[in-house]
Amino acid sequence: MCCLSTEKTMRITIDADSLRTQIRDKSVRVLDIRKEEDYKQNHIPEAANLPLASLLADDSPQKVLQLTQSFGIDDETPVVVYDDTFGALASRVAWTLQYIGHDDVSLLDMTYGTWKKMGLETSTDQVSYNKKTHSLKLKPEILATADYLESAKEKKDTILIDNRERLNYLDNHIPGAINIPYRMLASQDSILRPKEDLKKLIQNRNIPPNGEIITYCGSVGTLSGLGYYALKTIGMKNVKLYVRSFKEWKSLEKPMESQRDAHYWDLSAE
Amino acid sequence: MSKTNLSQSKPNLPKPKINWSKIEEAEKFAETVKLYRQGKINHDDFRRFRLQHGAYGSRMTDNYSMVRIKIPAGEIYPEQLDKIAQLSEAYSIGSAHVSTRQNIQLHWVILEDVSEIIRGLSDVGLTSRESCGNTVRNVMCSPLAGVCPNEIFDPTLFALAVAKFLLRNPLNQALPRKFKINFTCCENHGMARIADIGLIPQKIEKDGKIQQGFKIFLGGGLGAQSFVAHQLEEFTPEEDLVYTTIAVLRIFDRMGNRENMARNRMRYLVNEMGWGKFQTLVLKERAIVRATQSVIVKLEIDKAPEALNKITISSETPSLPPGFARWAKSNTVKQKQNGYSTVFLTLESGDVTANQLRAIAQIAREFSAEGRVRNGFTQDIVFRWVRDDNLPGLYSKLLEVGLANPGALTMASVVGCSGTTSCNLAITNSHRLAKEIQRKFLELKLDMDEDLRDSSIKISGCPNSCGQHEIATIGFYGGGGRMGKNMYPLYLMSLGGRADEQAMLGLMCMKIPAKRVIPVILKVIEIFKSEKKAGETLNSWVHRVISGYGGPNIKSIKDIKQILQPTVVAPAIEVDKDFYIDYGSDGGFHAKTGKGECAA
Repeated sequence: MCCLSTEKTMRITIDADSLRTQIRDKSVRVLDIRKEEDYKQNHIPEAANLPLASLLADDSPQKVLQLTQSFGIDDETPVVVYDDTFGALASRVAWTLQYIGHDDVSLLDMTYGTWKKMGLETSTDQVSYNKKTHSLKLKPEILATADYLESAKEKKDTILIDNRERLNYLDNHIPGAINIPYRMLASQDSILRPKEDLKKLIQNRNIPPNGEIITYCGSVGTLSGLGYYALKTIGMKNVKLYVRSFKEWKSLEKPMESQRDAHYWDLSAE
Repeated sequence: MSKTNLSQSKPNLPKPKINWSKIEEAEKFAETVKLYRQGKINHDDFRRFRLQHGAYGSRMTDNYSMVRIKIPAGEIYPEQLDKIAQLSEAYSIGSAHVSTRQNIQLHWVILEDVSEIIRGLSDVGLTSRESCGNTVRNVMCSPLAGVCPNEIFDPTLFALAVAKFLLRNPLNQALPRKFKINFTCCENHGMARIADIGLIPQKIEKDGKIQQGFKIFLGGGLGAQSFVAHQLEEFTPEEDLVYTTIAVLRIFDRMGNRENMARNRMRYLVNEMGWGKFQTLVLKERAIVRATQSVIVKLEIDKAPEALNKITISSETPSLPPGFARWAKSNTVKQKQNGYSTVFLTLESGDVTANQLRAIAQIAREFSAEGRVRNGFTQDIVFRWVRDDNLPGLYSKLLEVGLANPGALTMASVVGCSGTTSCNLAITNSHRLAKEIQRKFLELKLDMDEDLRDSSIKISGCPNSCGQHEIATIGFYGGGGRMGKNMYPLYLMSLGGRADEQAMLGLMCMKIPAKRVIPVILKVIEIFKSEKKAGETLNSWVHRVISGYGGPNIKSIKDIKQILQPTVVAPAIEVDKDFYIDYGSDGGFHAKTGKGECAA
């Protein structure tokens, strides 16, 4: 299932069969966002390893640009990212590439676990690429910061979405945020549900299609990265990721809201 | 290139036979929520609609719902468990809650997502329709029905037929109050005497022919005021089941109290009218129903015999897994069918994670010859038709997913309603207290104590009886106490409740501060141990004492109270701050409640 965004002919997700064709044609750069030890065991053929921790160690635009170039990605190289964590880590990397100005990046529409379950080909070969040159064209319109959130509070049509699990959200969240747990976004075999389903969820919540939406999650913008792409697949134009998310918000001692007078944690069998 | 297909076919597994769902109700719900949010439907009308579709408000907020999924007769299939697991992760808290009335509840669901749960449930034939509100609630049936050694016949098909007949039936859409129907297998396993209509299978010989039917009990129920039901007549033939049900519902609909919310359950009508008068009325009404109903009004009872699955797993286990003997003793019962056992799975206060639900579904596929499970009356899950020699294997699987707690059929399996975790009416965190007691019992290995096996502990977070405290050997309901200007959570303790042939409600004993409940229970056990006669269980000793035949030391409940008194004294807040804080809280206790919705 590939989704054509209305902005550009960029696919937000790519299905396994299309990716396999592109790998065969050597027309794509595949990035595996899992930990190095998992990657070494096996991975999708031709995929290079970019553990999320390596990116997060320093995700300043300059550093990300260097990383991108070291994977042999230039402005025109189509990139596909995947992980084994609901697509959330891959989303965070995809968003970061887009932020520095690399538009042609897609999420594999399934996790690596599903890929293997389907019996698709894997490889243990380590892959390296020759360095290429990539330009830097920052896209601030897809980034939200704590300051931006504070100023956006005044705007009526800005909607804040918290992609953490329900109990965390009930416990505390950014005032006014609505909760769409990341588990709502996936179907059994795909990291994102069909567009019609996602649209229905958004419509049920009365979220206007043309408003500004900011997603956030617990710490580094992974689950909310997936939330970001879920909204992009259904054609939402103005979506931003609060990439430093709730961890930063809390550390800055900004105001929080919680559901009081109920012991909901005790309902969990975890 | 060929597309790879993920769906695997699972041959020969039984599919749900009855589709309880109606997909249109999902869309209708979504639309109605939108109209409500736009102010086009008033709050009361919306609340009635919401409850009719199985969505309660949550504690201190209407923006979240508890969605109560009906499991008629408690029968649930693996694909249905998988779906509930998925829905709990997507729209709830990643855990589901098994209730005492064979429902499975999803808590803290955003009102706007309820429609999607209804939609998801309809994929697997389940519904939440009429699980709340003034309707006939889930029709219950003993989890041992069909395998119970004492039963006269299996009532499951009748329970399912009654549930099917009543679901969405106009007869049942706006009763004065909720209405509960319970089928049991025999006198000992079930709750026939504490429901609006309770039924126990029975056979008689008439004119040289064996006739099948029921003992029907009317007007029982637990609540702020509880009553044990009355038997309608010696024997009700199965043909009269539908007419009797209609007659009773019609009388309740016509004569039940629609004014006073606190007195509108049918048991109050029976009590106020007097049993004799009510009984005559039912018999007369039934004659009219029988004479005037169209021939198409009948129960569809699917009596086609079902084949058992062939269990192909190996019964060889290299060695018995640790803890197996303890578990097998307190969690399994032999079926009337030779070579098969029924396995009870105890969940802490009925809570189960999505992954555990999936594991339960898989175990049912592999180990149960009927390929499905039931949920019981004590917030538990029941696997039936497990081959005796497969029990160690099944136990190993349960160990892997943290579901192998022993004590399911003992006093260690404590019932706790949802309490302040989600309910508007709750005063205390009964849910967590039940978990704490269960953990303490298992830690002390009290599940292995034969003297305690037939006793029970049940806890409600308020005087209403969702935790069924009145039928427990030791029952508790939540309240608040005060010491100077500080409040603390406490429970009213009752002793000697039971729901069997000698059904009676527990006798109120005394107030126990929440943080003293565990020491008090242990103290009661200690008193019993020093007082018991040979062969006596806690349950039988309690009955002896409350009936006034206690021994020289403990003559009556008064003597128990006296011994417990020092344990329940409130310390100064400076001495013991924790005493003033409820389980699960880190701050002070306030007896804060919202408005109940049972009667909306």
